[in-house]
Amino acid sequence: MDRIPILKMGECLLVSIQVDMDDDLALALRDSLTSRIVQDKARGVLIDISSLDIVDSFIGRMLANIAAMAKILDAQTVLVGMRPSVAMTLVELGLSLPGIQTALNVDRGLKLLHCSPQGESSAAKHH
Amino acid sequence: MPSKLASLIEQHESELLDEWLEHQKRALGSAAQRISDGQMRTASQRLLGALRMTLQAHGPEAAAKDPALLQVLDAVSHERVAQGFSPSETAVFVFSLKEALYDRLQKEFGNDAAAFSKETWDVTRLLDNMGLYTFETYQKSRDDIIRRQQQELLELSTPVMELWDGILALPLIGTLDSGRTQIVMQNLLDAVVAKNADLAIIDITGVPTVDTLVAQHLLKTVSAARLMGTDCIISGIRPQIAQTIIHLGVELQGVVTKASLSGAFAYALEHRKMSIVKNSGIAT
Repeated sequence: MDRIPILKMGECLLVSIQVDMDDDLALALRDSLTSRIVQDKARGVLIDISSLDIVDSFIGRMLANIAAMAKILDAQTVLVGMRPSVAMTLVELGLSLPGIQTALNVDRGLKLLHCSPQGESSAAKHH
Repeated sequence: MPSKLASLIEQHESELLDEWLEHQKRALGSAAQRISDGQMRTASQRLLGALRMTLQAHGPEAAAKDPALLQVLDAVSHERVAQGFSPSETAVFVFSLKEALYDRLQKEFGNDAAAFSKETWDVTRLLDNMGLYTFETYQKSRDDIIRRQQQELLELSTPVMELWDGILALPLIGTLDSGRTQIVMQNLLDAVVAKNADLAIIDITGVPTVDTLVAQHLLKTVSAARLMGTDCIISGIRPQIAQTIIHLGVELQGVVTKASLSGAFAYALEHRKMSIVKNSGIAT
């Protein structure tokens, strides 16, 4: 089975979804991401979905759930790189993901998380 | 079996053509000025020729379905639409041939009642079918024009422009229905990606009415843009529209709204920690 890699960068976790998401994969991501947040004491999570063509209601809800779980574990989640067609589909499905922060690309997402690529995270300073 | 009608047309082709043209001109009246005699003659000649060949090949029963004949009819109808003829004026083109042929048949079969009525029946049926076909083609060409114009109107009415680095403006003009919202949304989101924008101003100065449905469409657009990480400001809200929104109890769910486009632009600059200062007159 495919696994979605989770990279650590400073105090942030980077998840880039490069394969088509199915329900099992989404559940696996939820499990591994929550344990990694605890394990790495992460303060921010960045999920890049720029390669995803299709986001169905289950995946959409799962993304919202992951963001909510991360928040409980004191990590801020930013969803980046959503394609126009995906955004339109989600809105039509009535899933506007109000609890989740979004950014246009990884660059902006990292800025939002105050997570610089140098590894010196400033997220802590802002909390 | 060679059709009697075909040989009749073949024998008297030029007289028939003249009579037909005469009938056409009389039926069209002043509308005949829209088309030159030469054009009318060429079109009539082509149709008569095609009709004769079709009759020779297929006989009067199958003639109305012959693609060669239909093609000529298509061409004539399209031409007439372009010249601004009305549907009945276009149909007259075919129906007046009936009169010409009737006269000719009467001269030919005047003494033989059985043959006369049979041929007359054939001619009537054939020409009625052709006339109906012309009518349909005319309608189809009109529909095509209307569809193309609608498409052009949609493209014209949803421009997205870049006001400042990363600030987009989307002036909406006309009523928002679900079809247009889809295109507006698509254009906006594509522009967000292309221009790397983080703020979009949706200006509704040109939207005549905002009811619950339009508000819902606006909110959908705002939500979709937010999902891509772009904040939206709705500007250009006229006093009546503000009143309607409140009367209808529409919730704009935390969307920033401004009365004017300039207000929205000022807010956008402030949001990016920028300001425009007046040059105090010192020459640079």
